[in-house]
Amino acid sequence: MLRALQIVFGVLVVAFLILPIIAILPLAFTSSVFLTYPIPAYSLRWFEELVTADVWRLSIVNSLIIGIGATVLSTVLGTLAALGLRRSALPLAGLLRTLFLLPMVVPAVVLGVGMQILLVRLGLASSYTGVIIAHAVLCVPFVVVSVSAALQGIDPAIERAAMSLGAPPVTVFRRVTLPLAVPGVVSGAVFAFATSLDEVVITLFVAGPNQRTLARQMFSSIRENISPTVAAAALLLIVGTLCLAALAALLRRREKRATALP
Amino acid sequence: MSRPSIRDRAWAAALVAPLVLFLVLFFVWPLWTMVTASVVDDAVTKVLPRTAAAMAQWDGNDLPPPAVQTAFAEDLRSAEDQQALGEAVRRLNSAVSGFRTLLSRTVTAAREAADLASLDLAAIDRRWSDPRFWRAIRDAVPPYTDRNLLAALDLKRDASGNITAEDPGTAANRVIMLRTFVIAGTVTLVCALIGLPYAMLAASASGLVRALLLLAVLLPLWTSLLVRTAAWFILLQQEGLINDALMAIGLIDGPLPLIFNRLGVIIAMTHVLLPFMVLPIYSVLIAVPRNLMPAAASLGAGPLRAFWRVLLPLAMPGLMSGCLLVFMVAIGYYITPALVGGANDQMISSVIAFYALGTANWGMAGALGLILLAVTLLLYVVYGRLSRSPQLPGGA
Repeated sequence: MLRALQIVFGVLVVAFLILPIIAILPLAFTSSVFLTYPIPAYSLRWFEELVTADVWRLSIVNSLIIGIGATVLSTVLGTLAALGLRRSALPLAGLLRTLFLLPMVVPAVVLGVGMQILLVRLGLASSYTGVIIAHAVLCVPFVVVSVSAALQGIDPAIERAAMSLGAPPVTVFRRVTLPLAVPGVVSGAVFAFATSLDEVVITLFVAGPNQRTLARQMFSSIRENISPTVAAAALLLIVGTLCLAALAALLRRREKRATALP
Repeated sequence: MSRPSIRDRAWAAALVAPLVLFLVLFFVWPLWTMVTASVVDDAVTKVLPRTAAAMAQWDGNDLPPPAVQTAFAEDLRSAEDQQALGEAVRRLNSAVSGFRTLLSRTVTAAREAADLASLDLAAIDRRWSDPRFWRAIRDAVPPYTDRNLLAALDLKRDASGNITAEDPGTAANRVIMLRTFVIAGTVTLVCALIGLPYAMLAASASGLVRALLLLAVLLPLWTSLLVRTAAWFILLQQEGLINDALMAIGLIDGPLPLIFNRLGVIIAMTHVLLPFMVLPIYSVLIAVPRNLMPAAASLGAGPLRAFWRVLLPLAMPGLMSGCLLVFMVAIGYYITPALVGGANDQMISSVIAFYALGTANWGMAGALGLILLAVTLLLYVVYGRLSRSPQLPGGA
């Protein structure tokens, strides 16, 4: 009896978690202008719309530009900081770590308001630079967490061994530490890109009409005039993030093997 | 490990410095800007510095002494910056309407007057013999104000400077704050009611079943928030899948109102936040020895009693972390209520966004933002204490 109850409960919750995401995917291929089932016929017209309509095409390009910019910026800054935080040679390392994680905690709307006022004062409002900076702030925690975890997994004995064989610190870093940290850096970058891709709220505050991202465009489309293009864009995002997630999982597995083997 | 040398420390500092600088510039500074925007009120002081200094001589009754009036005329005559003047006018006009025409007329007169000391302001415009306008100027000259912070809590200062409640007609913020807490609390409760048994189930399962149960939690976490909200929008709409299915099996005759109301917001937010509840509880339960429940049973405890006396206390730290995390994230939510909710389901973030994006009222946006920020940080501190390591589960 209890067993049956458990199974029913488990199936129901799994369905609640997964089905909504799956349910909208077929609607991307509908030929109708309505987002309803049953689907009258299948067509690719909404994907066509996605790549031909100016607003959508521009938003996809913008998402890529801003995503890559924010990823590069946050990955460089976050990786350097994670390397600096390692072995906590610094006083106040705990405080710094908390500072690096805070962008994840502060409500996006609050940061958005402050960011908007500041960027207007700095003359960066409605510019790609401004949006990339704002996104990078949100991406930093993911990079720091991911790279720190990878660095923590490195056995200090390996580095000591390299040093005892006569390698100077720079060589140890370049030939031993960095290669072992690379999977962490890449999965941090993947997290960063996914975060930027999905960001709407800050974008609403700091981006002008020329910096509209795909997520921002989906937001206004759902709000104002929903069409199956949204489902097509959702499919694009799901496939994109799943590929990124698979990449990150693959790297984490390799990272585990790499640190376990030697 | 030996103590880090000075060289090591210098290296570490050099590596951390760029990110610290970046975050101070583009994270701490924006937040500080927002906080100051809520208390700084210097539009009028900037344009009327002499008046601001002279106002100390006036007790606020009748009309201000001639010294104040002369200082005021001098300020207006030397006001060069049209944009600054415009902002001052806007600020004064929001306190007492009529300032726009009054000031433009007076500025012209002050510029043309030969001798400012003998300039009779009341002759230029009769409104200058009304103390109300002078009082508005006096109230607007201090460079800092608590007006926005008070207004955020539905309070205001009356004519004599005492703090009183805002008129019930215009007071809305407390209602919205209460609503924010109610919605976030409901979502937290629903998440806990589903998340705790689910985490228990996942922790007690093994092999493929456990992997599947965990994948079901991680997959939504990895899916774009916007995609998930769009999905609920499509499912919950009037001709959506849920209404169609319920009608097809004959449970209901007409479509249920599922979207643009509280129910839709809670369903969608629960879906988004459930992983944040399941993962902390699961990570605590996984460390519990597996033979504990059989041990309790062998000592004569029924399943319910064993759960209540053994498993629940052990799961408590995870449950508390999960609840705090869900509540903390939920009170700052904007997208889901904005898309799935109706007018009566908008939370504090929507009001902040309205002031900032809709009316460019930075003062009010900043004041409400400050409140939301303070509550969130407070919850985060408690969360950090509770879970020792100040890290959120991945993918937040």
